[in-house]
Amino acid sequence: MINSKIFERSAIGRLLLADKAGRYLIAALLVITVLVPLCNLLMPAGSFLHIPTYVVVLLGKYLCYALLALALDLVWGYCGILSLGHGAFFALGGYAMGMHLMRQIGERGVYGNAELPDFMVFLNWTELPWYWYGFDNFFFTMFMVALVPAALAFVFGWLAFRSRVTGVYLSIITQAMTYALLLAFFRNDMGFGGNNGLTDFKDILGFSLQSDATRCVLFALSALSVAGAYVLCRAIVTSKYGRVLIAIRDAESRTRFMGYRVEHYKLFVFVVSAILAGIAGALYVPQVGIINPGEFGPINSIEIVIWVAIGGRGTLFGAVIGAVAVNYAKTYFTGAFPEVWLFMLGALFVISTLYLPKGIVGVVTQIRERRAESNATSIPEQGAKS
Amino acid sequence: MKLSHVFRVFVVLALFVAQVVQAEQITPVKSEVAADNALLLNELISARSTSDKKNLINLIANSNFPQRAKVLSALQDGDLYYTKADEQLVYAFSHPDGYQITSVIDGENLGVIGSRKVRKISINNELRTVLRGVLAELSLRSEDVFVRLSAAKDLIRSPSPEFLYAIERAKAVEVNEKVLASLNIATAMINLNSEEQVLRLDAIEAFRGTLDSDAMSILAAMQLKDSEGNYLEQDDLVRESAAAVLSEMRGEAEMYKLVENVFFGLSLGSVLLLTAVGLAITFGVMGVINMAHGEMMMLGAYTTYVIQLLMPNYIDYSIVVAIPAAFLVSGLVGIVIERGVIRHLYGRPLETLLATFGVSLILQQAVRSIFSPLNKSVSAPSWLSGSWEINGALSLTYNRLYIIIFSLVVLLMLVFLLKKTFVGLQMRAVTQNRAMANSMGIRTGWVDALTFGLGSGIAGIAGVALSQLTNVGPNLGQSYIIDSFMVVVFGGVGNLFGTFFAAMSLGVANKFLEPFAGAVLAKIFVLVFIILFIQWRPRGLFALKGRSVED
Amino acid sequence: MKSPKSIKAFAKHSSIVLAAATLSLSASIAQAADTIKVGVLHSLSGTMAISETTLKDTVLMLIEDQNKKGGILGKKLEAVVVDPASNWPLFAEKAKELLDKDKVDVIFGCWTSVSRKSVLPVIEELNGLMFYPVQYEGEESSKNVFYTGAAPNQQAIPAVDYLMSEAGGSVKRWVLAGTDYVYPRTTNKILESYLKSKGVAEKDIMINYTPFGHSDWQTIVSDIKKFGSQGKKTAVVSTINGDANVPFYKELANQGMSAEDIPVVAFSVGEEELSGFDTGPLVGHLAAWNYFMSADAEVNDEFIDKWIAYIGDDKRVTNDPMEATYIGFNMWVKAVEKAKTTDVDKVSAALIGISVPNLTGGVATMLPNHHLTKPVLIGEIQENGQFDIVWQTEGAVPGDAWTDFLPESAKLIADWQDPKIMCGNYNTETKKCSGQNY
Repeated sequence: MINSKIFERSAIGRLLLADKAGRYLIAALLVITVLVPLCNLLMPAGSFLHIPTYVVVLLGKYLCYALLALALDLVWGYCGILSLGHGAFFALGGYAMGMHLMRQIGERGVYGNAELPDFMVFLNWTELPWYWYGFDNFFFTMFMVALVPAALAFVFGWLAFRSRVTGVYLSIITQAMTYALLLAFFRNDMGFGGNNGLTDFKDILGFSLQSDATRCVLFALSALSVAGAYVLCRAIVTSKYGRVLIAIRDAESRTRFMGYRVEHYKLFVFVVSAILAGIAGALYVPQVGIINPGEFGPINSIEIVIWVAIGGRGTLFGAVIGAVAVNYAKTYFTGAFPEVWLFMLGALFVISTLYLPKGIVGVVTQIRERRAESNATSIPEQGAKS
Repeated sequence: MKLSHVFRVFVVLALFVAQVVQAEQITPVKSEVAADNALLLNELISARSTSDKKNLINLIANSNFPQRAKVLSALQDGDLYYTKADEQLVYAFSHPDGYQITSVIDGENLGVIGSRKVRKISINNELRTVLRGVLAELSLRSEDVFVRLSAAKDLIRSPSPEFLYAIERAKAVEVNEKVLASLNIATAMINLNSEEQVLRLDAIEAFRGTLDSDAMSILAAMQLKDSEGNYLEQDDLVRESAAAVLSEMRGEAEMYKLVENVFFGLSLGSVLLLTAVGLAITFGVMGVINMAHGEMMMLGAYTTYVIQLLMPNYIDYSIVVAIPAAFLVSGLVGIVIERGVIRHLYGRPLETLLATFGVSLILQQAVRSIFSPLNKSVSAPSWLSGSWEINGALSLTYNRLYIIIFSLVVLLMLVFLLKKTFVGLQMRAVTQNRAMANSMGIRTGWVDALTFGLGSGIAGIAGVALSQLTNVGPNLGQSYIIDSFMVVVFGGVGNLFGTFFAAMSLGVANKFLEPFAGAVLAKIFVLVFIILFIQWRPRGLFALKGRSVED
Repeated sequence: MKSPKSIKAFAKHSSIVLAAATLSLSASIAQAADTIKVGVLHSLSGTMAISETTLKDTVLMLIEDQNKKGGILGKKLEAVVVDPASNWPLFAEKAKELLDKDKVDVIFGCWTSVSRKSVLPVIEELNGLMFYPVQYEGEESSKNVFYTGAAPNQQAIPAVDYLMSEAGGSVKRWVLAGTDYVYPRTTNKILESYLKSKGVAEKDIMINYTPFGHSDWQTIVSDIKKFGSQGKKTAVVSTINGDANVPFYKELANQGMSAEDIPVVAFSVGEEELSGFDTGPLVGHLAAWNYFMSADAEVNDEFIDKWIAYIGDDKRVTNDPMEATYIGFNMWVKAVEKAKTTDVDKVSAALIGISVPNLTGGVATMLPNHHLTKPVLIGEIQENGQFDIVWQTEGAVPGDAWTDFLPESAKLIADWQDPKIMCGNYNTETKKCSGQNY
């Protein structure tokens, strides 16, 4: 049992005390971390409280998207960097994980080749390409999950922020980046399985990916990662450092004139965001069971922006809500109205931009504010300005 | 080898005699001949093997059946059928209820018949080659110089000693130099297979300076070796002189290859320009990140399709009608989008991205629901098909050529509209300083709608052009939207000249990289280049200068 | 624990989250099983909708037809249609939904290899039953999937044989052009090795790969023309994927590359693709399939009439994957009737050896490797957008899951009947199967 005083004094506690919505979010995440696996594993099938495995996997997938959305909100909502290429970092993290899972298959592939993944065998490759070395080690893989997206973000960001590429120019070249990666990963000569990508995974750290327990663990890990990432992002944006980020978002030139090295601030937050996106990808792949170049698609990256916008930009928890809400809508619509679901999704986007300029969170705050007007003391939640 | 040659000589002689006799004959017993012809023609129905059919085609071509050209070209075009019930040879043309058929033998109209009651006389590529030659021979005496020219060219591609006589006769009376030149090559192609060294050497000489690709192919064939390393062509003198002429031809062809590559690049660039120039207005000038731009192109392409449905008998003019129609359709949809959605979002450019993305999903699904998800067939008008053959090594396809011209015309008209007209002045005023423009009495809302409509309308026009190049389907827009954004950004947002220059240079760069790197890597290189270029010039190729640049 | 207020928040939130999770997602799980459910897993939006929507309609038509005949085992069939939206992870998710939530008895679905690869682990884990109706690269035989499209030896190799024959023009030089994904890659690998075994030299084979949806074919067509003018009869074997074909063929037509000079034989161009453009200039180019709409058989005429009546558009065409769906559906019906249950294991066992009429007047038999026997037809493109069958194999060719022309694959066989083997990748050298999930 945690003493409430310790809670209030701990760093996280202090952070969350000033952030009511964040508290709810963390609470909810912790609850589902425990309850969903319990309801899946312990409740008998058919009972009202039983959560079927496919729902667990689905929720796990939503949480990965939520983590990705969180990563984007950190750079877009708080630093004004509209990245239309965040899917690239997500996919790179996913590919790193996928490569590990591929190596784990070992000689259980259809050709029984212990060294080479199946797709290399039937394309007559004779040895493993050098960049596949090391991925049989889990910790090396975990390191690469963070390093590869971070390195790309660092190089890209260093070039772009140093030359003061901003606004739509930055957005479009991030799009060019993910598009170029999409084309590159589509090439079978690259050695990443081409269009089919990496699939047919068997187990992770010796635990079968098909077992409900593994899935529950992965789900719990996703939920905890979202919670952890939320705390991290909140810590960044509420720090002194975060204030500078917001200043950059609102008036970049002025911040620069005041003597801040704007590009360093941007670069740091961009790299952190890329790492978070990479982790999201790494959690996503074992749950979904496939990673392929489609994840690099520019449209996918635009969709991430939409989750954040619908949830409420610049609020962090809004990103989480948006990602889950939009993806749930997608799951529901594609199953219930397969012929016309695009009308609904499209209309949802149009209507929410027109009538919910601050997203779902904005609506809630508005209602809250109105109610608080009578009390007249509460401080309004700060929304994003573009 | 020898035997077949003897046979060929024999055939030529026999045909010569036959033709002479035929020319002298004055229809002895008409009905008997007609009966013979009918018998001959009906054999087409029962002939199964390719060689049987080939013999029959030659026999028909050399018969005295008055409509032999018509029968053979119907066979070539796949209009020759027979009725399953009574095995009668008929010309068949499609009709809503099946086929409209006419008897081949006596030209009697047999009315309409169900499509499964007749069967086509099938041919294959080998027979098509034979037919091409035979029909070319028959049309060598046409009045129309173009028919003669294409016949002469067909003969180059289907060289056969049977035609030598007809070619020599045609050469004697031919006045057109081009036709004559082609006939000379055709003769050479045939003589190349003769037994006499002199004739063959002459033939090889005749190819010098022609750049004809079939000639090059046949000369190259002479240089081949068999599996034991011996040359297939045993006559050393012939082979060596062939090699000399071939290398000369190839050297020259190489130069034209470069010209061709530039053309390919410019044509790719003009497609990029067309697809991007509308975006240069909506995105570049108005600052709306218009994700529905691709769908505006899609609407333009579908408009072309609908126009062709409405005027099925005037396909050649349909494109001309489609251009203004597509401009209006896409333009109006654009105005509706602007009034309905974007109007509420000025000053929030990033949110236009979300809203227009939603609009694009809706438009795609709308097209899918209305027209089905299948691709639609848009036919090419005759004046847009084929290619302009400058010489054997260089030919420019008409549709690409027209698209280059068309894209330039569109660009110039747009520049004129923006710079020289009152509406253009208002548009520029509103985008530069909305408040000031408003206070000067410009109806900014109205101008915004018009500007957006203009950009969308131009996207619609681009769709008309794309309908000639690629799929007309619900995904048409998505495949071009990213490239369009790249072009606009690379050229510098808000600068039409920059868009033009960016499109053309990216097109040419892509085409020059492609032979070395392959299509995929070429594209990746271009993308990486754009990313690096933006580091060097963060505002694109031609950045706008002045205060409006800073946000 | 936290302050009472936080605990309250905890409780409140857990209830909200749980309500959201359980109520909305799992509410419709239990439904009365008085119908037999048929899952339809074809993309209705996105890039693959062009091809896959037709197959969805085909399955719905077949179901309607079967219900008119009284269903199966006295139960009506009920279609469950979902839209995986050409998104590969979504295919896996939807497959899970169909099996876990909707409890379907069989799935008809997938088009691309990647979508099949994506759903494969799901179907194997949940022991579903799927019919896959498209020609593909082979190198697979799953316990739970029945492949009713062609394997490479039922399409690619006979087509090349035809072109090498005198009737096909005695082709000596080959361009293997494809979209850069697994089906063309594998097919071209197989063809390359096959051509070399027939004495074709390395320099007489040109291989070219392009990205999906490639639209600018000027350079490649011009290169092919150049490659073809080297003195030997040249042909193009095209594994170019659906969308890129229209611009490819348009460019062929405009650059005047006629079928008499350099024929193109395509493995992914059927009647439906042809309906997207004007085939006038393309007459004589070829395609290899196991079915053409122009096939002369009574059962085909019936099928076409039924299809046109169902879809209500007399311009609509039929194509090979539709025939494969038709065969798969009829086989499943027959197997269920034979097994007297829809239990996957029993139906799977019953399926092997079942024969149903195909639409070209022959019979398709399900082999122990889960592939079919199929006739191979070569068709020439006609002006009206149809194919004219110019050649066909003597009898039906049995589908081969593992090709004999790749060294690693030649060792493997699939057999789901022989109790000593019972696997999809039995290695005849090591006498073992590897990596089975069950």
